[in-house]
Amino acid sequence: MKFPLSWLKRHLETEAPLADILATLNRIGLEVEGVEDRGAALAAFRIARVVEAVQHPNADRLRALTVDPGDGRLLSVVCGAPNARTGMKGVLALPGDYVPGTGITLKPGEIRGVKSEGMMCSARELGLGDDHTGIIDLPEDAPVGTPYVRWAGLDDPVIEISVTPNRGDALSLHGVARDLAAAGLGRLKPLPRPEIRAAYPSPLRWEIADPRACDFVLGRAIRGVRNGPSPQWLRDWLVAIGLRPINALVDVTNLFTYGLGRPLHVFDVAKVKGNILTLRMAQPDESLVALNGKTYALTPEDGIIADAGGPESLGGIIGGEHSGCDEGTTEVFIECALFDPVRIALSGRRHDVRTDARARFERGVDPALPPLALDLATQVMIELCGGEASEVVSAGTPPEWRRSASLRFERIAGLGGADVPPDEAVGILERLGFAVQARDAERVTVAVPSWRNDISAPMHLDQDQTLPAGRARAAAEGCAAVEPECDLLEEVLRIRGLDTIPAVSLPVAGIVPPPALTPKQSRAALARRVLAARGMLDCVSFGFLEGKTAALFGETPDAIRLENPIAADLDQMRPTPVASLLLAAGRNAARGWPDVALAELGASYRDPSPAGQLSVIAGVRAGSTPRHWAEPARAVDAMDAKGDALAVLAALGVPMAAVTVTADAPGFYHPGRSGVLRQGPKTVLATFGEVHPRVRAALDLAGPAAAFEVFLDAIPEPKRRKKGAPDLPAFQPLRRDFAFLVDAGVTAEQVLRAARGADKQLITDVALFDRYAGDKLPEGKVSLAIQATLQPREATLTDVQIEAVADRIVAAVVKATGATLRA
Amino acid sequence: MSETTMSGDDLAALEAETAAALAAAADLRAWDAVRVGTLGKSGRLTALLKGLGAVPAEQRKERGGALNRLKGALEGRIEARRAELEAAALEARLSAERMDVTLPPRPFPPAGADQGGIHPISRTMEELVALFGAQGFSVAEGPDIESDWHNFGALNIPEHHPARQDHDTFYLPAIDGRRPVLRTHTSPVQIRTMVAQEPPIRVIVPGRTWRADHDATHSPMFHQVEGLVIDRGITLGHLKGCLIDFLRAFFGISDLPVRFRASYFPFTEPSMEVDIGWNRRTGELGKGGDWLEILGSGMVHPRVLANCGIDPREWQGFAFGMGIERITMLKHGMPDLRPFYESDVRWLRHWAADPLSPPSLAEGV
Repeated sequence: MKFPLSWLKRHLETEAPLADILATLNRIGLEVEGVEDRGAALAAFRIARVVEAVQHPNADRLRALTVDPGDGRLLSVVCGAPNARTGMKGVLALPGDYVPGTGITLKPGEIRGVKSEGMMCSARELGLGDDHTGIIDLPEDAPVGTPYVRWAGLDDPVIEISVTPNRGDALSLHGVARDLAAAGLGRLKPLPRPEIRAAYPSPLRWEIADPRACDFVLGRAIRGVRNGPSPQWLRDWLVAIGLRPINALVDVTNLFTYGLGRPLHVFDVAKVKGNILTLRMAQPDESLVALNGKTYALTPEDGIIADAGGPESLGGIIGGEHSGCDEGTTEVFIECALFDPVRIALSGRRHDVRTDARARFERGVDPALPPLALDLATQVMIELCGGEASEVVSAGTPPEWRRSASLRFERIAGLGGADVPPDEAVGILERLGFAVQARDAERVTVAVPSWRNDISAPMHLDQDQTLPAGRARAAAEGCAAVEPECDLLEEVLRIRGLDTIPAVSLPVAGIVPPPALTPKQSRAALARRVLAARGMLDCVSFGFLEGKTAALFGETPDAIRLENPIAADLDQMRPTPVASLLLAAGRNAARGWPDVALAELGASYRDPSPAGQLSVIAGVRAGSTPRHWAEPARAVDAMDAKGDALAVLAALGVPMAAVTVTADAPGFYHPGRSGVLRQGPKTVLATFGEVHPRVRAALDLAGPAAAFEVFLDAIPEPKRRKKGAPDLPAFQPLRRDFAFLVDAGVTAEQVLRAARGADKQLITDVALFDRYAGDKLPEGKVSLAIQATLQPREATLTDVQIEAVADRIVAAVVKATGATLRA
Repeated sequence: MSETTMSGDDLAALEAETAAALAAAADLRAWDAVRVGTLGKSGRLTALLKGLGAVPAEQRKERGGALNRLKGALEGRIEARRAELEAAALEARLSAERMDVTLPPRPFPPAGADQGGIHPISRTMEELVALFGAQGFSVAEGPDIESDWHNFGALNIPEHHPARQDHDTFYLPAIDGRRPVLRTHTSPVQIRTMVAQEPPIRVIVPGRTWRADHDATHSPMFHQVEGLVIDRGITLGHLKGCLIDFLRAFFGISDLPVRFRASYFPFTEPSMEVDIGWNRRTGELGKGGDWLEILGSGMVHPRVLANCGIDPREWQGFAFGMGIERITMLKHGMPDLRPFYESDVRWLRHWAADPLSPPSLAEGV
């Protein structure tokens, strides 16, 4: 909400400087969004009179002026303006003043032999407009010596505050002034109580046909009004807050909307059809041409005000064009109503109308104010436009708003951590309009003022449906008991200032706190670090992408498609982070960086349930390995991705011996160059492989790419067993190499497993050290070379024993794989 | 037999025969022969179309329509078979490219490989864990897709509350009449924690959050950390102490000015916003006389406690929340939000943290 300081001062009697007002607003929860102080830069410029203007002796186009700045001196000023003349009044800048329109700080000087001790300014030189045809020419009655900005009303800073949704009362200058006064910044000026004499019966009356449309409404006519432009002060205020002055009757409604937070509406009685204004719900086929010129198609959920001819106003939101007041209005009817905040919010949202009235009604207006507000508005309208008032007509009843609340003084320290004497706390509440009903040493009970619908409000709980009944009831009772107290405590603390509460470090149970992370959480962070240590860059990408792209990577259920995406290509929750990373690899390639290694820890979305959002760490390598003298560059492949996945699993404590590989990886991988890493037959730990050429083509990824995903939720918690004693045999191990010729379909794993199983006592390790497939071998055959480590434990092995083990290894491999031993 | 039925028969026969020939075509060469034999210059369908001129005028329209429909049908079949054969050819090629995936992977890294790095958001999260961990917090996590109740209702933001409009929520299709949301804050995890666990509670909740807002300073996905302390005798003074201790350690400025302003959130009361001192012009933190809003906080609203089955007469506490990107950008002087999510390797290499130096209290985060 924007307001000029002078308007605030209509409600607040204060001598506080602007800076104090701003600091206090910030402190008490009325955050200052901005201040526009046009006068500050021109504060030094004064109104001065040209005592005499003569032709400059040495320059045709210049004049030599004698200027009276109002301080008893007479100054010599050289001026080039064609309109400079004897007796005129203008705006004088003196040496040392910064002239904003020229960007120069003035210095005394001499122009062609004549002393110049100041400058008479044009509007452009002051930064107040474009006019540079001459110097500012002020009216005869402008007071010499007075700061120009004060006289011109430019020294009225415009303050903008943001008002939180709970504070409907602060969407008014009276409410803001009340808060500031409570915080010690002056005195709230009480509202006058005018006596309005009813001169005639009202030409219109109210009828509430549907209570949903309105709770309570008042109205009164004024006849014999002469509508026209508002006085300057009112127009200035409205312009300052960004409203367009319309005419006096309409401008007065805005004066009340901002001044008292009390939206009003004015009907031109002559334009109303019939003599009844009905508050009802709209019919489906009705529409309203509103004051903003737009036409709204109404729904049966919209509360309206209608006359015999149909809708005249979307109640509490915007009035109709047809019955609005204009210069020709001679009899006006003022509406002052109370509407249901939720209905106003819904209607406003449905039609996307943002008005000052809606903003106030949806937060809730003061239910006790309408009679006084109506009288005050009547008074101002008669002052500005003349005329005489009718009697007041009404319908409905104001909702019951009287409530009380108690505060135990102990809670100020017990919950607020603040040391506030009871007298001070009660004083703050009283200044905010709370009336003390009872007080003793322990507590105070106050009546809540009508304008604070946020204090001791009706309690709406939305409790967890699975709570045991007893626990739910106790919690609800507890809430009912303490909530009004918290409301009051907040008022005391915010007005007093939260900065005065001493900060206390949180007590910790011991010097060394317990671990912050569960083992599972530490594993996720470790996985990220393992991959980064393997050269991958940790990425963070959006969890949604285009449905078509997502479909390349798995199921794309409608249940996880956004109803309101920010863009059509960001609507499907991703099936795997691999998708995001491949898109990123494509973008990097397009920028000239085709060789990337990217990883992301994030969710894989399968369905909207918590269990359907898997925690995954995924990685993508694209392009080639680096060119290097020690190792030729090569395209990334499935083995790179497998290495990454295994590194993560190993770091997270998965026993490597238990991991098996199957060839049933998801469809976004190359079917022949991908695999699934499992622990046991059921648990899928990870997938890896080359990315399917079809997927790469769809993503415009030209080079090769390999990817993996590790399912962190699937990894069993590592057992925290103490290690046994290390195995440190006294005898040296022996190593023997074997090369087998196998069918190309035989896997390395089959050969290694068979060899390991040949003698579980003696063979401690078998490793593949060569794989050869090429033209020196028969078609369809591969050579696999392994090294077996034999570890004797009781005595050094004899040649015979070694030969026997070697034979068993060969026999086992031949039996398992149909291999032949190469010579 | 009339001319009309005869023509219907010959067309049906052509369609059936072409379908059979397509099915029998085992590769693209065979497929092309079928295509040329049907649609080519001297193809069977082309011949029928050419013969249309000889059909009596009164039947020509009907015959022409039938031929055109047949042409459309045959083109569709031929194109579909081509896609099938191409897919099969690709699959055949791919299965010929089969690799032994049981091979042990190569040793790593390859010569000349660059160091990787930790994303600044991940790094900040680790720092948060270290600093709040020292204050006795543990980390709680929860799903991104949340129920309306966890994200709003339980937090005292009922259906028509104006605060809901400020949240720019992403919605998913309704289940049993309620639309799940992408969580707009990590507060739903506070709710999950309070429902699942008896007080005392002391958790931080870092994680992804989502709002339907996209411009230079807003991303539709971003990260928050929230904190929740529920215990006996926890006051606003503890909230202030906890945040001041954190902010000064996180930014490494032992006298960082911290200001507390009254505010409003539906889920806390009293509520306050927290500012830190900085210089608006230079961006330097800690001095300069300007204030920068950095987080929201307050004492947990009794309704939120009651919604989770906690009796507010017995337990009380505080909650706070802040944007991880925001504090990261401030701490490191990063100018722009958008590159955080673009995975541009140049940006990542520039801002990434060393994976081998996790944050440590001993060294200072």
